[in-house]
Amino acid sequence: MTLPLSFVFFVLLGLSVYFYYHAKSGIVRKAALLSDRTKALPSHYGQQSFLWAFIPSFLILLVLTIGGPNYIDQIFYNKIQELNPTFNESFVSLILAKVINVSNGKISTGEENIIMLAKDYKIAFEQLHFYRGLVVILCAALLGMIISYRQKPGSNAREEVEKFIVNIFFASAVIAIFTTVAIILSLFFEALRFFNLYNFFDFIFGLHWAPNVAIRTDQVAAEGSFGMIPVLLGTLLISFIAMCVAIPIGLFSAIYLAEFATPKIRDFVKPTLEILAGIPTVVYGYFAALTAAPFFREIGFSLGLDVSSESAIAAGAVMGIMIIPFISSLSDDVIRAVPQSLRDGSMGLGATKAETIYIVILPAAIPGLIGAVLLAVSRAIGETMIVVMAAGLSANLTVNPLESVTTVTVQIVSLLTGDTEFDDIKTLSAFGLGLALFFFTLLLNIFALSISRRLAERYD
Amino acid sequence: MIRKSIQSRRARETRLKIYGITSICFALIMLATLLISIGLNGYSALQQAYFKLDISVNTEKFVDDSGAPDNNKMNLFNWDGLVQSALREFFPEVKDRDEKKELFAIISANAGYDLKEIIKKKALGSGSHTLSVWLHLSDDADQYLKGRLSIDIPEEDRRINNKQIAWVNSLVERDIAKLKFNKTFFTSADSREPESAGILGSVIGSALTLFVTIMFALPLAVMAAIYLEYFAKPGKITDFIEVNVNNLAAVPSIVFGLLGLSVFLSTFGLPRSAPLVGGLVLGLMTLPTIIIASRASIRSIPPSIREAALGLGASKMQAALHHVLPLATPGILTGTIIGMAQALGETAPLLMIGMVAFIIDIPTTFTSSATAMPVQIYMWSDSAERAFYERSSLAILFLVAFLISMNLLAVVLRKKFEKKW
Repeated sequence: MTLPLSFVFFVLLGLSVYFYYHAKSGIVRKAALLSDRTKALPSHYGQQSFLWAFIPSFLILLVLTIGGPNYIDQIFYNKIQELNPTFNESFVSLILAKVINVSNGKISTGEENIIMLAKDYKIAFEQLHFYRGLVVILCAALLGMIISYRQKPGSNAREEVEKFIVNIFFASAVIAIFTTVAIILSLFFEALRFFNLYNFFDFIFGLHWAPNVAIRTDQVAAEGSFGMIPVLLGTLLISFIAMCVAIPIGLFSAIYLAEFATPKIRDFVKPTLEILAGIPTVVYGYFAALTAAPFFREIGFSLGLDVSSESAIAAGAVMGIMIIPFISSLSDDVIRAVPQSLRDGSMGLGATKAETIYIVILPAAIPGLIGAVLLAVSRAIGETMIVVMAAGLSANLTVNPLESVTTVTVQIVSLLTGDTEFDDIKTLSAFGLGLALFFFTLLLNIFALSISRRLAERYD
Repeated sequence: MIRKSIQSRRARETRLKIYGITSICFALIMLATLLISIGLNGYSALQQAYFKLDISVNTEKFVDDSGAPDNNKMNLFNWDGLVQSALREFFPEVKDRDEKKELFAIISANAGYDLKEIIKKKALGSGSHTLSVWLHLSDDADQYLKGRLSIDIPEEDRRINNKQIAWVNSLVERDIAKLKFNKTFFTSADSREPESAGILGSVIGSALTLFVTIMFALPLAVMAAIYLEYFAKPGKITDFIEVNVNNLAAVPSIVFGLLGLSVFLSTFGLPRSAPLVGGLVLGLMTLPTIIIASRASIRSIPPSIREAALGLGASKMQAALHHVLPLATPGILTGTIIGMAQALGETAPLLMIGMVAFIIDIPTTFTSSATAMPVQIYMWSDSAERAFYERSSLAILFLVAFLISMNLLAVVLRKKFEKKW
């Protein structure tokens, strides 16, 4: 007998709902017997039963659904290895994959051993599903019965329910911490495996990036080298070009919108700029690769310059356009947060509007503006699709914007989208780059947020 | 002298204004250029070159001994041959083997398969039938008819040679070939042949992914926001949570892809390319956005509402869930829509978890292999064929139109429910 996941879930839900009504009417009956009043509303007792029956069983269901298959795979992995002690790790995984595919009916095979194992595998899975359903449903039934039985009119169910719910709320808030920790741990451990294979300092300070490792051992290929300096330099070059476009245009737009524009113009321009911000990056990438890059090439050609078809300037300029609304809306907020009294004071002393802006408002807003720019830089560094589509793959150590350079994100994508083994040095090097990217942007973000907070505190 | 200095001071103001206006105009012109260039590239994909064939089929060939339709027999039948022989009737002068090959290159390589599907759908009664069907021309013929392939370059550099152009032109003159509305684009999934490729597969993939994202992120974000606003005791843990939320909102999206790859795929062993994993990764990515928006929305509800509830004897939880939350819902919804729009346009994390595969089937479950709309756009614009660019642009137009309407909905919602307390 198999119990599919959806069936178990709905039985669990139904059971919990049953206990809600069971407890709700039960507590009224108990109170009537004791000719007493319940301390909380009857529905609170119902909620209590529901939560006690549902939440623990649901967690068990989640753990068994995610962990169970892995556990079975591990058992079969060991079994295969015991049967054939001479096989190496990757070959055992290969056989395991074959067994799994045969048991799913995806492929068929004539090998007796594999068919046998596949049968066992299927049975193991059916057993897992059966016991998962049994355990979850029994657990829910048992817990629901116990809690409903123990409820007394004198106990305050509302307080207990609320305590329970606050804990659930707390758990969901803590997910933010878990996510950060998971990012750091997963990047860190994969990167550590990479640094076991490749020297850490060669990675950080190496001037040559060429991840062309031989895929098979018998293949003749150059030894791969993973020096991240050219990749980092390419990233900074493209981000710099983007900032050259985005900072002046974004800042001047923000100053105009905040200080000069009539409400009518503001109401039109702001949402339009928001549209610019809402366009997916893949669209900018398409624009950069198919419109901007040929455009810059033509211009360069007419000036007698040789512009690469994957030039840094095309990717950087389009990235700058993408970041304009980001800078302008953040700076707009910052400029408008400068108190009106400063403006009035300056105007009262006879300064023109431009003088007020240059001498009073911008200096007051400068921490916030720096924060906005730093956030924009962090976005430019982490931006992926534009550079994947418009920048190059080969890592040239150059600062010439007309040549093709590569970036950290481009390398991560190109290293991880091929059909490579997970333990491959190429795959692991992508995590090394990812770790570098994460720390770089994290530092920028923390710095930017603390600077902006300082401004907010100054005028509170 | 004073007048002179005033003049220069005023000039400075005018200059600042001009800088501002120029910048805004530059941004708006760029937006217009972007949309117009993509629109000009993409509008022609709304049409596709079709040709009409009169074909006679005998359905008795496709039934088994008992008379029931037999799919196997249908699949084995030489449909390509049927289409090709029907096409040759228009050009009896084509005899040579190489020439025949060239002739068959002007029709879609999937023409036979398409014909089979059409016949299958029609469910003809038994007996012999003659019917006229519209099938795709090849993408090169299609691009030529749309004027996208320039014929000025030398013949050997072109994807379509002079003979083929003559055949296509003669088909058009005889009213057998023409441009018709490209229905295939909206009803099929990806394909190796541009003329049979469509966006439906990726649209469904995106829908499944976003469903997972919203089911995962919205409840968690609302609960976290309520906790942080009303229940968190000021202290180190709360500060740490806040710092984390703010930082996560600015972490590059590709890092979430790496997280998904190493946690969901290799540790939990969830399937590759699945909307379930894509949805979870995008959910983690949008979680901070929704938390921040929900907190702002909850904070904008005046404290008097909560205090009145507390004063009348409601518990803290009741005040939050029964009184503040319903009032904060429009703001939370606005934040959610913006977060979802962001998730819908996101590509990089999906590349990391393998949603970049070539998938011909329309996905049906949360664990079947799927791709998403932005990824489809990426794959098409990466391909060498001109006809795929066109489709990529059209897909962009649909995606952007959808995203803009999502954002507009958010703005309208905000305007409608915005209350001054």
